[in-house]
Amino acid sequence: MQLPDQLLFAMEVTLNGLMAGVMYALVALGFVLIFKASGIFNYAQGVLALFAALTLVGIQSGQVPFAHLINAVFGTSLHHFGWTVPSVLAIGLTGAVMVGLAVLVERLVLKHLVNQPPIILFMATIGLAWFLEGLGDVMWGADIKTLDVGLPQGISDSVEAATAAVFGYGFFIDRLDVVATLIAVALVACLTLFSQYSKQGRALRAVADDHQAALSVGISLRFIWVLVWSIAGFVALVAGIMWGTKSGVQFSLSLIALKALPVLMLGGFTSIPGAIVGGLIIGVGEKLFEFWVGPMVGGATETWFAYVLALLVLVFRPQGLFGERIIERV
Amino acid sequence: MMMRDLQAPPEAGAGTGTQTEAGPGPGRRTGAVVMELRNITLRFGGVVAIKDISFDIREGEIRAIIGPNGAGKSSMLNIISGFYTPSEGQVVFRGRPRPPMRPYQVAAQGIARTFQNIALFDGMTVLDNIMTGRLTRMRSGLMAQALWWGRAEAEELAHRARVERIIDFLEIQKIRKTPVGRLPYGLKKRVELARALAAEPEILLLDEPMAGMNVEEKEDMCRFILDLNDEFGTTIALIEHDMGVVMDLSDRVVVMDYGKKIGDGTPDEVRANPEVIAAYLGVDHA
Repeated sequence: MQLPDQLLFAMEVTLNGLMAGVMYALVALGFVLIFKASGIFNYAQGVLALFAALTLVGIQSGQVPFAHLINAVFGTSLHHFGWTVPSVLAIGLTGAVMVGLAVLVERLVLKHLVNQPPIILFMATIGLAWFLEGLGDVMWGADIKTLDVGLPQGISDSVEAATAAVFGYGFFIDRLDVVATLIAVALVACLTLFSQYSKQGRALRAVADDHQAALSVGISLRFIWVLVWSIAGFVALVAGIMWGTKSGVQFSLSLIALKALPVLMLGGFTSIPGAIVGGLIIGVGEKLFEFWVGPMVGGATETWFAYVLALLVLVFRPQGLFGERIIERV
Repeated sequence: MMMRDLQAPPEAGAGTGTQTEAGPGPGRRTGAVVMELRNITLRFGGVVAIKDISFDIREGEIRAIIGPNGAGKSSMLNIISGFYTPSEGQVVFRGRPRPPMRPYQVAAQGIARTFQNIALFDGMTVLDNIMTGRLTRMRSGLMAQALWWGRAEAEELAHRARVERIIDFLEIQKIRKTPVGRLPYGLKKRVELARALAAEPEILLLDEPMAGMNVEEKEDMCRFILDLNDEFGTTIALIEHDMGVVMDLSDRVVVMDYGKKIGDGTPDEVRANPEVIAAYLGVDHA
């Protein structure tokens, strides 16, 4: 099959955009989950991903947590336990840490802020974000780490060969992106099934809707909050693994939260499908925009395209593409 | 059962005429005391909302709490359902004094309630809303639920069957899959009742179940309350403003005014109580 070069490039760019979009959606998903269940915009979601990735690398490579602190106080020179932990076990342990973190967040922060206006809770999550970033630094050190849990990486030869056979031009697709896409699909399917068909999922939606009514049917708000933050921590772990594998575990990882914001505005804060579609639209949009319009305006459009798009959406459809319409009965 | 006048002549007991077919007679199916409120006082800062009130609720009866606005009726209901903790006094449930509890723990004990201003989960369907009422009755754990494993599925089906019976009973089959946010007021009230009923409560608390309804909706609601009391023997404590409704429905009535109890007894007794008449019609201070 012979297609014009320009079109083939565009197709490759679109594919890459879709996969980048999945990565954005992974982060946005964490936001949506907490927002839906508690009405809190969790500013700390990005840092949660960073913290999860740091912890995972730390556990995997047998790092001593708080090594610098311990060495400074006791004059020792500990750094590593001298063992490495298999990836699967390390991921499990990190998951446990994230659940523990959820319990702590509920105990130390949320419990004391029941019935406060959303802005107070939002501010609390900003504080939490800074705290976690600091904690991650003290626990595991500030150096950039590589994360390898055995996910396939590099250019997928089979995709290249297949497309080369069909179009006479091989597409460059990162295998990690393909894996990320599959994992994201599985994750969303699981979360949707859980929230739609399980007892806890129903309780979770109930709490999101009306605290008082939830209490009256016997739902413990505290348990639900721990559950929600655990799930958000788990999603953060998945996002952390993907991003950490892709670009190394470094503190700028917490900034991917900023990339999730336009995704949320586009998809709507309350919609899980919205987070996915929003991520895809922004992923594809910014890649294609860079491809076609970028050369005309001197490039680097990827840094601002998403935000401008989100701004336009805000003007014409404030609730986002999939968000619940806010109707106030007077 | 359309006696809406406080001064109307006393009604005869149950089963004596077609007019009161569904109406209760004093002392009819009531059993032992399930809940006793002992010397309850509730303060908000310097304001005393409830002052030293005692009364009990018997098994199988319809117990009404009435009183003018601001009398403390809703506060009383909130104490029973655990939303407020009394400043003084004891709540005795099934013969045992109840320690201070959170609302969800009270719900788990078998006390379900509805709210004056309707508290439903607007984003969820009628069916899902009612299913939340079964939460306290579901036993399978988090992991089983997450993996949809073992008894999670069988359990869901059993609960679903139960919920369908309630839906039939309250005649809301047609709106089963409608999101609650889209329903008119009267139906929302009915769904809320269904959700409370789904918990198979030992005591059902209704906070103004007929507020803001038109005559027809009120009659429907009356019928449901009487029927469920009759058929399931559910113990009901309700707050209501509509005098006729209260006198028709209830076996016994507590009258509150300014946080104090000014009357307690059968509708007839209460109706004849001069203090109650004064509170409702005003006293001549001249």
